[in-house]
Amino acid sequence: MILGIAAVVLGLAARVLLGGSAIGAIVLASLAVICLNMALMRLAVQESGFAKIAAPALFGLGLLWSWEMLTVGLHVPFILLPPPSAIGLAIWRNLLTLAQDFDQTFLHAVLVGYAIGCGAGFLTALAIDRSKFLQAGLTPLANAFSAMPIIGIAPIAIEWFGFGWPSKAAVVVLMTFFPMLVNTQAGLQQSGAMERDLMRSYGAGYWRTLVKLRLPAAMPMIFNALKLNSTLALIGAVVAEFFGTPTVGMGFRISTESARMNLDIVWATITVAALSGVLSFGLIAWGERVVTFWHSSFHKRLI
Amino acid sequence: MTRILAPVTVFGALIILWYGGAYVLNAPQAAALMDPDQPRNFWAVVQASWSMDRPELPTPDQILSSLYYSIFNYPLASPRNFLLQTAYTAEAAITGLVIGAALGIGLAIGIVHSRVLDRSLMPWVITSQTIPILAIAPMVVVALGNIGCTGLLPKAAIVGYLSFFPIAVGMVKGFRAADSLQLDLMRTYDASGPQVFFKLRWPSAVPFLFPSLKVAVALSVTGAIVAEIPTGAQVGLGARLLAGSYYGQTDMMWGALVLASALALGMIGVVRLGEASVRLSRGGRL
Repeated sequence: MILGIAAVVLGLAARVLLGGSAIGAIVLASLAVICLNMALMRLAVQESGFAKIAAPALFGLGLLWSWEMLTVGLHVPFILLPPPSAIGLAIWRNLLTLAQDFDQTFLHAVLVGYAIGCGAGFLTALAIDRSKFLQAGLTPLANAFSAMPIIGIAPIAIEWFGFGWPSKAAVVVLMTFFPMLVNTQAGLQQSGAMERDLMRSYGAGYWRTLVKLRLPAAMPMIFNALKLNSTLALIGAVVAEFFGTPTVGMGFRISTESARMNLDIVWATITVAALSGVLSFGLIAWGERVVTFWHSSFHKRLI
Repeated sequence: MTRILAPVTVFGALIILWYGGAYVLNAPQAAALMDPDQPRNFWAVVQASWSMDRPELPTPDQILSSLYYSIFNYPLASPRNFLLQTAYTAEAAITGLVIGAALGIGLAIGIVHSRVLDRSLMPWVITSQTIPILAIAPMVVVALGNIGCTGLLPKAAIVGYLSFFPIAVGMVKGFRAADSLQLDLMRTYDASGPQVFFKLRWPSAVPFLFPSLKVAVALSVTGAIVAEIPTGAQVGLGARLLAGSYYGQTDMMWGALVLASALALGMIGVVRLGEASVRLSRGGRL
């Protein structure tokens, strides 16, 4: 704990000194690295919940800090890699642009495409649930699709749906459809034969069995697809914008500003994209915890 | 029987849907372009919409014939030959995959053997999976181009970065899959660290390598294509895609898409072969 705080303080002092005396900065920086190392070693052997969060947090801070120190101290060209402080400044200065890009890409293309793609995949899996023939036919097709570079459909989607967000949403729909289909289909097979027999002995029909037994049993796999798709959707929407877009959107910002060498704005956009990716993943993971609390992966280990 | 019949039926239905879609999308334009003197019955419009010059949706036979034309009517060195463009993309994808696999396995070894790395680095490796890494592709290409590094290397770097994560995560799981009883046994044999690694941990990790590789292959082709888009799009299937969309050459876009899919499926096939050969050599069945 104390070592960690010492590392942070020494690191900050070294960053301040970097403008003035180089030797002082180097001495302080090496002290900070030693403190950081010792703190990480201590945290690695502790079993408390605090240590499990503090270790990666401290490591991440250390990574950001060495990025800052190295880029400023060694005068790395701004075009190659801007320091984190410059990126933070760029975020602050371009808040409005970043918010508009977020609205265009995330709130429209990603959310709409994700909802339609996951919904369609889920409903298709339900629709073909009773037909063994269709299931056997669609599975190899879905597997082949998951290996293909679906993102290449983007220029075709733009030709069909125009430059706006609907064409990006269309790409997202196609990218998220098959993982959802495959996972839901596999999930519906998860309930045991004994449980299904029990349902039959209760006189439950197909629909009642589906709602009361098979869908709940399928939830872990459905959430698996939802998590996988949240990343895929973001990638699909951002990359589809590289192929053509109105002058707004995260993908547009990244491709034009990197061509104009404004790397701080590019990194700022990437930070926004990364944060929205991590947050939406976290949100789905939280939903998973609430819905499938009974699943063995959430049980506390007894030993 | 169903195992073969069902996919063939579904595939056939897809092709029929495709031709139907091509008619629906192309018919208005095709009818407008038709010779006014020609008799204008339904079948004539259908035929016109399936053989348009720049259709909204080309039919499968149009795509295949344009691919055939590009591959056999141009010399192999010509940039109009699709085979050459596929080779450029494949080169980037495979080079990057090798880099990514080496880095991923290396990192997994570090994480398995060092508690400090496990505690502090592993959460970041997992978090990084939720970040749209592909979005940084244009920036990497521009930044590397700025220090005089162009051509294959920036593409391979992006592919390597993309394929690195699934392999690292899979291999950590694989190296940990070694049974703790067997690890204890190795200790009673007084086995050295490298001996434990090569005789126990590595063999138990190999089955985990192949599923990760399959994920990485799909990512690597996508990554190579996206890496070809910025900086004017000179070579590769990604460049063909972009050029096709600029000039409204739909058959070019679809051709690039078909070849990219074929490349990805071919690479997956190679991974499958490797997986099967490992299973066979361990006395498993196909």
